[in-house]
Amino acid sequence: MSVYLDHAATTPMCESAIGAMNTALRKLGNPSSLHTQGRSTRKDVEDAREKIARAAHCQPSEVIFTGSGTEANNAAIKGLYWNSPKKVIVVSSIEHHAVLDPALWLVEHEGAELIQIPVTSAGVIDLDFLSALVTSRGSEIALISVMHSNNETGVIQPIAEVVKIAGDIPVHTDAVQSFSKVPLSYKDLGLFAMTISGHKVGGPLGIGALILRRAVEIPALLHGGGQERDIRSGTLNAPSIVALAAAIEAQAYDAAEVSKLRSHFEEGVLRARPDAVINGQSAPRLPGISNITFPGTQSDSLLLLMDSEKVSCSTGAACTAGVHRPSHVLMAMGLTDIVSQSSLRFSFGATNTQADVDYALSVLPTVIERGLAANAVGKK
Amino acid sequence: MKIIAAMSGGVDSAVAAARAVEAGHEVIGVHLALSANPQKYRSGARGCCTIEDSHDARRAADVIGIPFYIWDMADEFHDEVVENFMSEYAAGRTPNPCLRCNEKIKFAAVLDRAKAMGFDGVVTGHYARTRESDAGRTLHRAVDPLKDQSYVLAVLNREQIDGAIFPLGDTEKVDIRIEAEKRGLAVAQKPDSHDICFVPSGDNAGWLRDRLGSEVGPIVDQDGTKIGEHNGAYTYTIGQRKGLGLSVAAPDGAPRFVLKIEPVTNTVVVGAREDLAVSSMRGEKPIFCGPEVGAAPARGFVQVRAHGAALDCTYYLDGAHLVAELDEPLLGLATGQAMVIYDGDRVVGSATICETA
Repeated sequence: MSVYLDHAATTPMCESAIGAMNTALRKLGNPSSLHTQGRSTRKDVEDAREKIARAAHCQPSEVIFTGSGTEANNAAIKGLYWNSPKKVIVVSSIEHHAVLDPALWLVEHEGAELIQIPVTSAGVIDLDFLSALVTSRGSEIALISVMHSNNETGVIQPIAEVVKIAGDIPVHTDAVQSFSKVPLSYKDLGLFAMTISGHKVGGPLGIGALILRRAVEIPALLHGGGQERDIRSGTLNAPSIVALAAAIEAQAYDAAEVSKLRSHFEEGVLRARPDAVINGQSAPRLPGISNITFPGTQSDSLLLLMDSEKVSCSTGAACTAGVHRPSHVLMAMGLTDIVSQSSLRFSFGATNTQADVDYALSVLPTVIERGLAANAVGKK
Repeated sequence: MKIIAAMSGGVDSAVAAARAVEAGHEVIGVHLALSANPQKYRSGARGCCTIEDSHDARRAADVIGIPFYIWDMADEFHDEVVENFMSEYAAGRTPNPCLRCNEKIKFAAVLDRAKAMGFDGVVTGHYARTRESDAGRTLHRAVDPLKDQSYVLAVLNREQIDGAIFPLGDTEKVDIRIEAEKRGLAVAQKPDSHDICFVPSGDNAGWLRDRLGSEVGPIVDQDGTKIGEHNGAYTYTIGQRKGLGLSVAAPDGAPRFVLKIEPVTNTVVVGAREDLAVSSMRGEKPIFCGPEVGAAPARGFVQVRAHGAALDCTYYLDGAHLVAELDEPLLGLATGQAMVIYDGDRVVGSATICETA
C-alpha cells in the first residue's frame, strides 16, 4: 500500500479535468487567430474564464491567465509596486517564497522598503500591528499582500479584516492553497488582486491566474502579443485553461470529508505520540493540512523513513542544494530552528480514504522511534 | 540487506550503488551536503559537493531507480574535518582530510545514523576490497593499483568495516566508466575529483593563510642561522624544496629542503637532502582494520601517502604507539600523515605519525 499525504504540494488531476484536457489537446487553433479554428479555441478559453470567474466571484475580464501561481504572485507584487509612487511593501512574515522573494527583490533592486507583519504563536497575522502600521505609515504603503491560508500550517488568515484596515491601499492575497477548498469570494473580500493555481485544485501543472480588478493596468512581466490585458503576453495555454475550469467545476474536494480524515489522523498521532505538537491547531485551518512537530527528531530522517514505508509527506523547506532548512513559517510562529526542523507536513486531499489514515498511523510509531534514534546518534 | 549508498555525484559512487542494487540489496541513495555554502558548479576536477554534484547524484539515483535524499553533514564536516585540518597545520603537522572524513563522517556519522534508522550498512564507491576470513572481515587493496583507496580507508575499525560495502574493488577504473556508460549514467565521463574538496581553488597554502593569518617568521638552517623568511610556517611541507625563496646559498651549493616546522616559534628549518632521511616512524592512536598488532615484531609494508609506495618494514606495537622500522630509509616524512601497515594486500591498520627518526 502506498499513501499520498502531500496534496498541498500537488494533488492528482481529477478525471473531468483529464478528459477536458485530452479533448482540448486534440483541437487545433490559436485562441488569438481570427479564423474558424482560432475562434473555436477562443470560445473554449472564454467559457473556461467565465466558469473560473463564477467560482472566484469576480468578473471574467478580471481573470488573467499565467503560467503558474508563482508568476501570478510576481506579476501582482511587482506590478502593484511599479504602479505606485509609494515605496513600502507590506507582507506577512509567513508568505510563500513566491511572494516573499519578489518583495525582497524589489528591496534589493528597486528601492522598496519591506515590512513584514508578525504572526501569533497560532500562526495568525497580528492585526493590531497592521492597524498601527497603516495608521502611522499608510500614505507610504504601495501594497499589502497576505496569503489567504498558509501552505505549511494551513492556518487561514483574516483577509476581510486586512482589507478593512488597508482602506485605499491595494491588497493582494495568495489564495493558491485556499481556492476551491474553503469559501472564498474575491468580490466579498473586496480584494484588489488574488492568485490561484491549477495543480492545487485538481487541474494541470503550469497554469495559474491572477485575478486583478478591471481598469487597473499594471506593468507587464512578459512583453509580447499582449494576450491577457497587455499584462501577460504569450499564447494562451488553452488545454490547461480548459482543464483548470473543469477541475474547479467538478468540485471533487469534499471539505467535510477531508477535514474528518485529518481529525482522525491527528487524534491517532497524539495517541501514539502524546508529545507531538500540532502547529496552528488553535487557529482556523484549511481542512486538509496538518503540520506536526515530533520533538527530538529531524524531519529529513522522518521523511526518508516515511517514504520507505510508502507514505509521502513533506518537510518545510529546502535550499537550492536540497538541504533541509528551518521553516521561516514555523520560526515566525516562535518555534526555534531545532524544533522547526522536527516538523512534518501531512496534507490530505480528495483521493484520500480512512484506510490511508489507518495505514499512515500504523507505520508512524516505528518511524518516530527510528527518527529519535537517528537524531540521538547525531548528537553524540 | 537494507543499505545507504553514499552518492557524491561522481561515476564511482553511482556504479557502486547500481551494483549494490543488482546484488539484491534494498538501496537508498544519500548525497552528503558537506559545505554550508555550496558553489553552484564544479570547476574542472576540483572540489565536490557543489549543487551540480548533488543534481548529478540525484539523476544517477533516478536512473538506477532508487530513492534519493540529501543529508546535511556540513556542521559535522566542518567540526571534524575542516577544523582538524586547520589545527593540525597550525600545530606544524600535515593532516590528510580524506582519511579524517572517512573516519569521522562517511563511516561514523553516516553509518551510525543509517544503523539507527534501521539500515544494515553503507555502500561507497571507494576502490578497496573486503574478505571474510576466520578472523572476521578484513580490508584489502583494490585490483587497480592506480585507483586503490585502501590507504584512506585504513582508519576504519572492524565494526566500521563490517558495516561497509565496496563493490568496485575488483574492477579497473577504466571498466567502471564503460559500465557507467552501459548503465546510461550521464556521469560516465565526469572527471575524477582531486585535491581537497573544501579548497576548490587547489591553493592549500593560500586557503590556510586566509584562515590562520600569515605571520612572517624565520627560515633557519640546522645550526639555527637565519637564511630567509616565510609567510606562515604551516604552508610548508616536510621535504619541500621549491618556493623557499632563500637569500643565502648553501655552502656546497646543494639544494635545501624543509626538514622541520616549529609552530610555536613559527620557524621553518631547512637542510640537505640526506637530512630528510627517515628510517623509523612512530604513530599514535592506532586503529586496526582486522586482528590487532602485538608487541612481537612482524614483517610487512608501510605506506605513508595515498598513492605512495609500499615500503618493506618491520612493525610492532610499543605501548600506545605503532612503530615501523624501514628496511631502506625514506626521504621526507611529515608528522600528522597516516602510516598504514599492510600484510601483503591486507590492511593491518593505521596510526597518525607523531615521531620520525
